[in-house]
Amino acid sequence: MALLQISEPGKSASPHRHRLAAGIDLGTTNSLVATVRSGMAVVLSDEEGHALLPSVVHYLNNGKVEVGHAAQVQQSHDPHNTIVSAKRFMGRGLHDIDDIGHYPYRFVDAPGMVQLNTVNGVKSPVEVSAEILKALKARAEKSLGDELAGAVITVPAYFDDAQRQATKDAARLAGLNVFRLLNEPTAAAIAYGLDNASEGVFVVYDLGGGTFDVSILRLSRGVFEVLATNGDSALGGDDFDRRIFCWMLEKFQIPPLGPEDTRLLLTKAREAKEQLTYHQQTRITGVLSTGDVIDLTLDNDTFGKLTQHLVGKTLAPIRKALRDADIATTDVQGVVMVGGATRIPQIQRAVAEFFRQEPLNNLDPDKVVALGAAIQANVLAGNKDENELLLLDVIPLSLGLETMGGLAEKIIPRNSTIPVARAQEFTTFKDGQTAMSIHVVQGERELVSDCRSLARFELRGIPPMAAGAARVRVTFQVDADGLLSVSAREQISGVEAHITVKPSYGLTDDEIATMLQSSFSHASTDKEARALREAQVEADQLLAAIRAALEQDGDVLLDAAERAELERHMDALKSAMKEAGRDAIAYATSALNRASETFAARRMDASINRALTGRKIDDLKV
Amino acid sequence: MVNHFELFNLPARYDIDRTALDQTYRKLQGEVHPDRYATATSAERLRSAQMATLVNEAYQTLKSPVDRARYLLHLHGIDTQEETNTAMPADFLMQQLEWREAIEDAHAAADIAALENLLTDLKHEAANLETQLGTTIDEQHNHARAADLVRKLRFLDKVRDETKLAIEALET
Ligand SMILES: Nc1ncnc2c1ncn2[C@@H]1O[C@H](COP(=O)(O)OP(=O)(O)OP(=O)(O)O)[C@@H](O)[C@H]1O
Ligand SMILES: [Mg+2]
Repeated sequence: MALLQISEPGKSASPHRHRLAAGIDLGTTNSLVATVRSGMAVVLSDEEGHALLPSVVHYLNNGKVEVGHAAQVQQSHDPHNTIVSAKRFMGRGLHDIDDIGHYPYRFVDAPGMVQLNTVNGVKSPVEVSAEILKALKARAEKSLGDELAGAVITVPAYFDDAQRQATKDAARLAGLNVFRLLNEPTAAAIAYGLDNASEGVFVVYDLGGGTFDVSILRLSRGVFEVLATNGDSALGGDDFDRRIFCWMLEKFQIPPLGPEDTRLLLTKAREAKEQLTYHQQTRITGVLSTGDVIDLTLDNDTFGKLTQHLVGKTLAPIRKALRDADIATTDVQGVVMVGGATRIPQIQRAVAEFFRQEPLNNLDPDKVVALGAAIQANVLAGNKDENELLLLDVIPLSLGLETMGGLAEKIIPRNSTIPVARAQEFTTFKDGQTAMSIHVVQGERELVSDCRSLARFELRGIPPMAAGAARVRVTFQVDADGLLSVSAREQISGVEAHITVKPSYGLTDDEIATMLQSSFSHASTDKEARALREAQVEADQLLAAIRAALEQDGDVLLDAAERAELERHMDALKSAMKEAGRDAIAYATSALNRASETFAARRMDASINRALTGRKIDDLKV
Repeated sequence: MVNHFELFNLPARYDIDRTALDQTYRKLQGEVHPDRYATATSAERLRSAQMATLVNEAYQTLKSPVDRARYLLHLHGIDTQEETNTAMPADFLMQQLEWREAIEDAHAAADIAALENLLTDLKHEAANLETQLGTTIDEQHNHARAADLVRKLRFLDKVRDETKLAIEALET
């Protein structure tokens, strides 16, 4: 006879398996992957010991793709097919990119997002980013020895909905299960705050290769509350390089350059910029494809003058964020510096002067975002973490819709804590109007034409009424990833319409499916088999989650009949998993989900009561 | 359905314990936030998103003096008529005109400091009205007068937004 097992008091009987989770910093210039190992967040390096993966993707004519260092060395040899800084094009149309002439790419003006023509076919920035994510996923799985349960991917706090959607699409395309999109400065704050047990108001100043973010947070015993955020999603170290590049063109009276030379000089410019962090002056030398020799000396003063306005451009967002948070510079406990470009001495000085205190540079500005993301991923995976941590983040830009006269009506103001939902009622303009078109926009400006258009959809079938009689309630919902969905409902007739804002710039589910399919046909993975496996994994997770919930609260929150009903659905799913196909499993999964709704609601109410009164759940018999 | 005060275990008054409000907010989000349910069933995730949204909404409402007052009045069945009733005493209207002129002048003169001073003035003015709200609601139970004060504060909010926009326009 088998021995009966008895678990340790207070421990769950089904021992919780450690789930592998990673934090990924998908940067403009460099990307990283980190994980929590034996309670410590660590960045995972490649076989050569590199922690940073250059965010460079090289497409070859044999269909192969190189990512990272191997791709980086191809930059000036094969500039058309070597994509750097793809993050700058995420969720952006061709008309959004103002310095198009400075990129050595063959842009394709696609209706959604801008695309790039390569020897390997036309690629969207989402696909380019997916290549980088795939490389990091492979690195993590190799080093951890098993498949990742999921990942937290960081995005600039100032990314709008289109850019966030594009990032999430890229992750899905790379086969990653996205636990959460996390704002980069918030990730940095986690790593910094936990490391230093900080309390009070902190500012995170994050100047990377292509984006600038500033976030103001209140830290208090594991709670990270973002009070306000602001930034510029097209400002970073790249722009400093470009100033040096333009200076070189001027100095040297260089004729129009081909893409190889453009890339060469941009690389030289970047090296010069980085040198000037440690030296008073630097020499720039190189040979162009025309045979012209470049030999210039750039000193720190000149560099300072060239880039003064860029430094200044980071101060306006700081002021805005401080005003929105209603915080004075004197209330700020510390300014945490994040991003490689904060090494520039002029930046350090400007920040010190603005806040009248020395900025904090004690964490590696390259790694801190990935480390914070790894800590959050570990918590989300449900792995026990001694750091009880709670993140309360905000949306960076107001969300609204177009009203008469091309004006934007704000529904959710910027810096609202997420998740958030707001509804507003609108009415018809004409007698007998049966449809209403809803144009969702994001931005602070009054005119719709100055805001970013996220989506358009129509509510049809409104019964004919006099102008002003219909009552259309439009609801905006932003989830914990900062992603928006919108629904509209005419209150009298009940007709409704809703969309997840797959902005004009995002990919449709169909497009993703097609891309996934084409990438699998290479790997000759059977699509059916994969779908079945996904359904099984999902069913397994659901069963495990419900079992754990029953063990915790089942006796208290469910009566015998309710429990039996739930168990009946669990058994149905279990037998579907044994003998049935994908559809039957999916069906039984959703049936079990529905059957567990009441239990879920009671568990939530019980936990609220517990939070309010500090009472044990046993005192709250229903 | 519990109301916002009940959700936060606070007496339904204008004058509230801010520290208790903040602490309870963190406790509640600590229980219901979607980050706590990332690997839970989809029924639980949905419920968590709804509850976290509600807790945020309630917290923001209770935290802001004018929103809290409006909400309290609403619980008493009073509509503050902020869209429909724009009648204001003459002196208040005069004051508003002056503020708007000040914004325009400062904007034309690109005088950010003047706009920031105006923001401070507006903050003081709002604080003054908020103190009055406290006595009007909690002590005098004069809801009609409280509704007037809410409308005035709403006007002030708009002027404050315009001032901020003017500053932002000058800064960029
Ligand atoms: N010593 C240095 N001095 C000046 N700049 C530097 C130095 N080291 C790195 N940088 C710059 O930092 C930038 C890259 O920073 P980082 O790796 O933080 O960006 P990223 O995370 O890839 O970009 P983003 O966060 O904007 O998406 C590059 O522009 C690089 O030239
Ligand atoms: Mg970065």
